[in-house]
Amino acid sequence: MSKYQNIRFFKGKLSFLIDRKATFIFTLLFVITFLVFVISAGIGDMKINPLTVIKVLFGGGPEMEKLVITTFRLPRIIVALVVGISLAVAGGILQGMIRNPLASPDVLGITGGAGAAVVAFLVLFSDKNHSLTVSIAWLPLAAFAGAGLVSILVYVLAWKNGVSPIRLVLIGIGISTLMQALITLMMVMGPIYQASQANMWITGTVYGSNWKNVVTLVPWTVVFLIIALIVARTINIQELGDEVATGLGGKVQKQRFLLLMISTALIGSSVAFAGGIGFVGLMAPHMARRLVGSSFGALLPVSALLGGVLVMVADLIGRTLFLPLEVPAGVFTAGIGAPYFIYLLFRTRNA
Amino acid sequence: MLLKSTTSKWAGLFVAIVLLILFMIASVIYGYTNTNWQTAIDAFTKYNGSNEHIIIQTVRLPRAFIAAAVGASLAIAGVLMQTLTKNPLASPGIFGINAGGGFAVVAAVTLFSVTDVHTFNALAFLGAAVAAVSVYAFGSFGREGLTPMKLTLAGAAMSAMFASFTQGLLVLNEAALDQVLFWLAGSVSGRKLETLVSVLPYIGVGWLGALLISGKMNVLAMGEDVAKGLGLNTGLIKIMIGVIVILLAGGSVAAAGPIGFVGIVVPHVTRSIIGIDHRWVIPLSGLLGAILLVAADIAARYILMPAEVPVGVMTAIIGTPFFIYIARRGFNGR
Repeated sequence: MSKYQNIRFFKGKLSFLIDRKATFIFTLLFVITFLVFVISAGIGDMKINPLTVIKVLFGGGPEMEKLVITTFRLPRIIVALVVGISLAVAGGILQGMIRNPLASPDVLGITGGAGAAVVAFLVLFSDKNHSLTVSIAWLPLAAFAGAGLVSILVYVLAWKNGVSPIRLVLIGIGISTLMQALITLMMVMGPIYQASQANMWITGTVYGSNWKNVVTLVPWTVVFLIIALIVARTINIQELGDEVATGLGGKVQKQRFLLLMISTALIGSSVAFAGGIGFVGLMAPHMARRLVGSSFGALLPVSALLGGVLVMVADLIGRTLFLPLEVPAGVFTAGIGAPYFIYLLFRTRNA
Repeated sequence: MLLKSTTSKWAGLFVAIVLLILFMIASVIYGYTNTNWQTAIDAFTKYNGSNEHIIIQTVRLPRAFIAAAVGASLAIAGVLMQTLTKNPLASPGIFGINAGGGFAVVAAVTLFSVTDVHTFNALAFLGAAVAAVSVYAFGSFGREGLTPMKLTLAGAAMSAMFASFTQGLLVLNEAALDQVLFWLAGSVSGRKLETLVSVLPYIGVGWLGALLISGKMNVLAMGEDVAKGLGLNTGLIKIMIGVIVILLAGGSVAAAGPIGFVGIVVPHVTRSIIGIDHRWVIPLSGLLGAILLVAADIAARYILMPAEVPVGVMTAIIGTPFFIYIARRGFNGR
């Protein structure tokens, strides 16, 4: 049996090569994602049996359970899932584009930009009584603007007859550190109330997500995910190096800009609604690489699901294990992800 | 590279030493209580117990020395890490040193209500060492032993884990956040001379060790196979690099808290000045790291006078524009 399965339509006019192992793992992960989704919707202050949850998802079920699941739990779980997917895909794209395993949304300063914008927002629009003078609904917009501005700034500063990956990432590190410095500066200077509020945001949480967030976040993410999957194959070529990619007819600079913009759009929207959830963007692609290899057609979908599961589980643990305290999801993404990653590293130690 | 001949390299080192001394003197003289040359000299020769003299002897001088020692250690540790992992983005932080040290201190504050700064220092070193050793062990799984890729990945994962635990403890305990926020940002203020004396043996050994193996690191930088072919015991040299990084970066975390950026930036700047020969890169980056941190510490006193900005913040604000300039001009050394 070969590694690939050829699928032909219209007498071979449209055909795909499907990686058997990757397809199997993707299907498995898809089932796991669904299970985690259902179980997560059933656990909380009020325990609900998974079968009832499925009934509710399809519009049936008792009224009380329906209320709890649809108004309180579903939006939150959906935001967690979508944010995890976005961060993982964006991280995978960045690592391929920059050709460096340490690349992640944080390293390029995109998350830092969003963080600085949010902390600045909290500082600028607070009055003496520590209450905000404008609606908190503007906060996601501030975060998104921060992410977008920083990513454009990094790109412009790195431009010199084109953008080379190493220049991009080094300037990203510089800007990212600068943003961290600004955040720390504002937190040290500002009152403690703001420091803890800002710290909560920086850690990343999906607490208080509502349907309005979901309606804004989901279409946006879906559009960019589809674009990401379409351009994923250009990353495979870019990974061979600029010379080879150019020689093979790739428009390297144009593709690079496009890839950076896709990542920024995905990262920006997820930090806007969930704050600076770390680890997923860095590690989900590495986990996927250990599972299905490094061809981006297989890597991106698998890392997307891994990221989604990771954030959902992290949020589930954060909101249930330490009741009545709520621990932000960002705390547990690394807490559960890192041991699993170390295990994968151990299992593939001789690869 | 800027300095090509051996003479100009020696001259470069000399200029860096002079600059460092000037900055250290400035660090002793200027601040909230401005003093002058004469007072500074009198404080040591004709000590009379006046306010200025006390400040110079007990506050300013230790601070200048700690900033210089920490800056030098972080920069040298950064050079070693970048060569060991063959990754220009690596820094001592990749070994989990900052995250481990930070976690140990925050755990002590939140779980055991420790408030003493000296205990912080010891715990930070311990946390840093534990994190680094575990990263090294995880990176050495498998037949080939330690490979740059595995080390980098294990380090990134462990750092992320410790950092998130730290965040978690701080989110759950807001009072502790107030207490350790300044420590977590990295600072050399309020440190006594004893702090320096207690870490100096570690980082002193680290400096010497780094200089001694600098020639071997040139060979290692050529790649694993070439280095083995040339008869280098790569396993041993990697362990030595690991130990030196733990001593240098662990000592720095203990003395000044987690200060980022110096370890990534200074090696790049140094290479663009003096080339890629580790026998030159290690001493010069030590000097430049010291200069950056001492300068940042002086600036940190003036931004929000009379309050102080954490020096970790200032290194980023001073260093970033310079770093971006160098990154745009291109790293000729590599």
